[in-house]
Amino acid sequence: MTREEIIKPENLVYKKTSVLTDNVMHYCPGCGHGLTHRLIAEVIDEMGIQDKTIGVAPVGCAVLAYNYFDVDCIEAAHGRAPALGTAIKRLYPEHFVFTYQGDGDLAAIGTAETIHACNRGENFTMIFVNNGIYGMTGGQMAPTTLKDMKTSTSPYGRDLQTMGNPLKITELIAQLPGALYVTRQAVYTPALARKCKKAIRQAFENQKLKQGISFIEIVSNCNSGWKLSPIQANEWLEQNMLPFYPLGDLKNNK
Amino acid sequence: MAFKGTLLINTERCKGCGVCTTGCPNNCIALSKNVNKKGYNYMELINEDDCIGCANCAVICPDAIIEVYRTKI
Ligand SMILES: Cc1ncc(C[n+]2csc(CCOP(=O)(O)OP(=O)(O)O)c2C)c(N)n1
Ligand code: SF4
Ligand code: SF4
Ligand code: SF4
Ligand SMILES: [Mg+2]
Repeated sequence: MTREEIIKPENLVYKKTSVLTDNVMHYCPGCGHGLTHRLIAEVIDEMGIQDKTIGVAPVGCAVLAYNYFDVDCIEAAHGRAPALGTAIKRLYPEHFVFTYQGDGDLAAIGTAETIHACNRGENFTMIFVNNGIYGMTGGQMAPTTLKDMKTSTSPYGRDLQTMGNPLKITELIAQLPGALYVTRQAVYTPALARKCKKAIRQAFENQKLKQGISFIEIVSNCNSGWKLSPIQANEWLEQNMLPFYPLGDLKNNK
Repeated sequence: MAFKGTLLINTERCKGCGVCTTGCPNNCIALSKNVNKKGYNYMELINEDDCIGCANCAVICPDAIIEVYRTKI
């Protein structure tokens, strides 16, 4: 069978969703941000909610996320995405609202907004891309940086005595009564990416219930900040990030 | 039931990260020795006969540049 015989519309099994714009993403090769954007866009497409979805972009490498999602988006000040998410969802309760943040944005400067939006049980979806580092600004240590992990501001590795402990903010959020669904996913293999997409779908579907926040952590990479090739970074993620940030649902009250 | 697949790859948008190659069950894809206009060694289908159209490569591509087609044989 020739290539031409296979390439027919009825045989199509995968194609870029039109909810992603045609802009070339500025992310480094192999960055988990691109993959995470793609999965969110596919869920919006499959649910048929493109004209009813509003996204909130962070400060961090994903600061230009609104260039890639063909849905209405707003840019939040550093760490304040959950505050904007709250306002938008309260003004447009029938719309689907998601915030998109990195670990520096969500778990450092924005900790207060994160905790309180979750504790109040706002009815939107929070996407949290945890690469254990401030990717955008040059790979500085974040609250989520692992013990002994080297960053540009912990060049000899994170020393717990002087630099404190890594923060498992997702575990904290799972304790809060306003959190309906709290899960930790990854996207570095095809099977994990498919699973993560199902979790994102549930997190969006949950908004119809109006019973609280749905929070998805995605343990991701930063090959530039970690100073590894994209494939090595994914291996490092599996060997080092996952033992401390284990995958799976922390809470599912649906 | 057996499947036969093939890919349409937007090589000019490929960033040569190589993560797609780690997910292919039949080692059908690899980075080319040649580069695209941006200087990246782009991904190529090197083993067309063994592609089963599972879409693993497309599902893992951060830049959404792979289209997958599959048919029963
Ligand atoms: C008020 C303010 N403080 C600090 C900064 C600098 N800054 C920009 S992005 C960032 C952290 C980004 O890290 P993260 O949220 O983990 O995103 P990543 O790039 O890793 O995806 C910081 C500290 C800023 N832009 N504004
Ligand atoms: S610096 Fe890190 S997080 Fe930012 S785009 Fe590059 S790999 Fe991704
Ligand atoms: S569709 Fe599946 S078999 Fe074909 S190249 Fe992609 S990963 Fe390999
Ligand atoms: S995953 Fe995508 S961008 Fe990376 S090498 Fe494969 S086709 Fe190119
Ligand atoms: Mg980060």
